[in-house]
Amino acid sequence: MNDQWTNRLSEYIDGELDSTERAGLEAHLATCGHCYATLGELQQVVARAKALTNAEPETDLWPDIKARLNPSRRPGVAPRRFSFTVPQLLAASIALVLLSGGGVWLAVQQRQTITPTPVTVRPDPRPRVDQAGNWTRSTDAAIAELQAALDQNEKRLDTATVRIVRKNLAVIDRAIAEARMALRGDPGNAYLNLHLANTMRRKVELLRRVNDMAAARS
Amino acid sequence: MPRQVLEDTLTADSIAADTALAASGDPSAFERLYRTHVARVHTLVRRMLDADEADDVTQDVFIRAWQKLSTFRGESAFGTWLHRLAVNVVLARRKSVGVERGRFITDEDPLDGVTSKPVTPELSMDFEEALASLPEGARQVFVLHDVEGYRHEEIARMLGVVPGTSKSQLHHARMALRRHLER
Repeated sequence: MNDQWTNRLSEYIDGELDSTERAGLEAHLATCGHCYATLGELQQVVARAKALTNAEPETDLWPDIKARLNPSRRPGVAPRRFSFTVPQLLAASIALVLLSGGGVWLAVQQRQTITPTPVTVRPDPRPRVDQAGNWTRSTDAAIAELQAALDQNEKRLDTATVRIVRKNLAVIDRAIAEARMALRGDPGNAYLNLHLANTMRRKVELLRRVNDMAAARS
Repeated sequence: MPRQVLEDTLTADSIAADTALAASGDPSAFERLYRTHVARVHTLVRRMLDADEADDVTQDVFIRAWQKLSTFRGESAFGTWLHRLAVNVVLARRKSVGVERGRFITDEDPLDGVTSKPVTPELSMDFEEALASLPEGARQVFVLHDVEGYRHEEIARMLGVVPGTSKSQLHHARMALRRHLER
């Protein structure tokens, strides 16, 4: 059995009927047991689709994939299709310094006045290495303080959390080391500078969050 | 901060760090990304195409991801970017194997093979099998909309059809699959 409303049931379920159509269909549902039952079944199908789970492939595909990874097409050395402007990089750097300062303040809970380093925008189209050096040194110092605070606070956290935090810090540290190594070969590379900034920011955020959590348990 | 929230955040941090490492050419980091995401990608491919193509196409997805990592700008999560890439690879595969757009659109009664069979305990299929038995057009729309959460407008753009066709295919797919709900 099929009627003019049966083919609109999916649109009804998905909320795609206008108010007039919706009212018409609902009036029909009140009198048509077949459509009412079909609607229930379609709703079950939708719910079943949302409950489907993912499954690993039966065989490990990684060895074949690894064999096909062409070192000459390494993503890091592929031609880059994007770039960041110097103002974008400077904004990222400034935000990083301020964020780092905020993280330290939260962690050690000391009243300090943060004096941001004045940044002069120069017409040079390439980010200057000494500017990058300034913010990385500032952030390194902030990270060192947060790390010291974490060393003191760590005992307030449970073992599993400490293990997860250490594991993730190690991953982030590897990313920072890789970025710094790449920057040594191409210090003016805008992407690498921003990538390093983002990665260090992640470390600051992680340390700050963990310190906050430890402080909350004191 | 609740522990689950922290762990989710840490996982996101870990994936972001591995994405950066992989983008700099680290195969070990890329393997970790593969291990984290392969189930979702493989399942998507298997549901969208035939099961015997799933392994090959999944490999293609990860090779493409490795090659295109330099274009990943971090504006979305890596998993979201990879998933969209996988959909694109699947749809490109669909075109390359000669599934014509005309067939997709004019396939007016694509579910006869599924719906005409009487459902008996012996013939009943589980939901995944029933999904796999749908004609390709209806199956892809159902997977993209009901499983993966894409909207009709997005699906229509990806498949090169009008939204009305996507809605119609979805309804046909649901009508067929309701006969194969586990009772």
